[in-house]
Amino acid sequence: MFRRNGTRCTAQFSGDEVKVLRQVAGEVVALLTEGFDRDDPVVERLFPDVYPDDPASTAELRQYTEGELKTGKIDQAGAILAVLPSSGGTEVALDEEAAEAWLRALNDVRLALGTRLGVRDDMDLEEELDEAVLKDPTSARVGQLSLYAYLGLLQESLLEALINGG
Amino acid sequence: MTAPQTVPVETPDIQEVPERDRAWVTIVWNDPVNLMTYVTWVFQKLFGYSKDKAEKLMLDVHHKGKATVTSGSRERMEHDASRLHQYGLWATVDQP
Repeated sequence: MFRRNGTRCTAQFSGDEVKVLRQVAGEVVALLTEGFDRDDPVVERLFPDVYPDDPASTAELRQYTEGELKTGKIDQAGAILAVLPSSGGTEVALDEEAAEAWLRALNDVRLALGTRLGVRDDMDLEEELDEAVLKDPTSARVGQLSLYAYLGLLQESLLEALINGG
Repeated sequence: MTAPQTVPVETPDIQEVPERDRAWVTIVWNDPVNLMTYVTWVFQKLFGYSKDKAEKLMLDVHHKGKATVTSGSRERMEHDASRLHQYGLWATVDQP
């Protein structure tokens, strides 16, 4: 988790954490590049219709804004990949700009994962996780729910480190 | 008892504002993923709102399902929506 250290937000990541962060950031990049599919619910959530009742205006505006938005999202996911080693644990120290890029990227990752998991407003994450463990502790859903919970805590800790030191 | 004092009411000149000049708005919708603290921070960051104002808007989004966060020209609102999308908020543009 992140802490404030002078002008920087710092965190110590284990090899497993580095691996999983690289993986989820890489998945977002893949989703925005070769895997880009407008009908994917995750893409719909990351690039919402600006005019929900007016598909023509939405499509017209999208021509001008989608490229830049996509590049921005690839860049922010890249900010995570840029500071993590390809393997092994590490300590990261983010300046304000990098911390903000990480916040946006972690949010994109959580939106993607949350959409795939069908996260709802009234959902208690702990209960959901307990239920999934009871059903099958080795299921992919258990792993993904734990990851989703971890990423929420990580994002919250980074936001606190950024705000409280500023 | 005395009758309430009546003030002559001036009939305002009612003129239809042409549709293209009516203010547009950017609306942010509730979603189950974004952290409340993050949404507040984004409103402060993008629109320079005070913490109180940003928090009130965030709570409106959370409790009422949506909130109008900015208003102005159509182009300006489209720009705001795009910036909000960069931060992962669910924003749309409307002309109320």
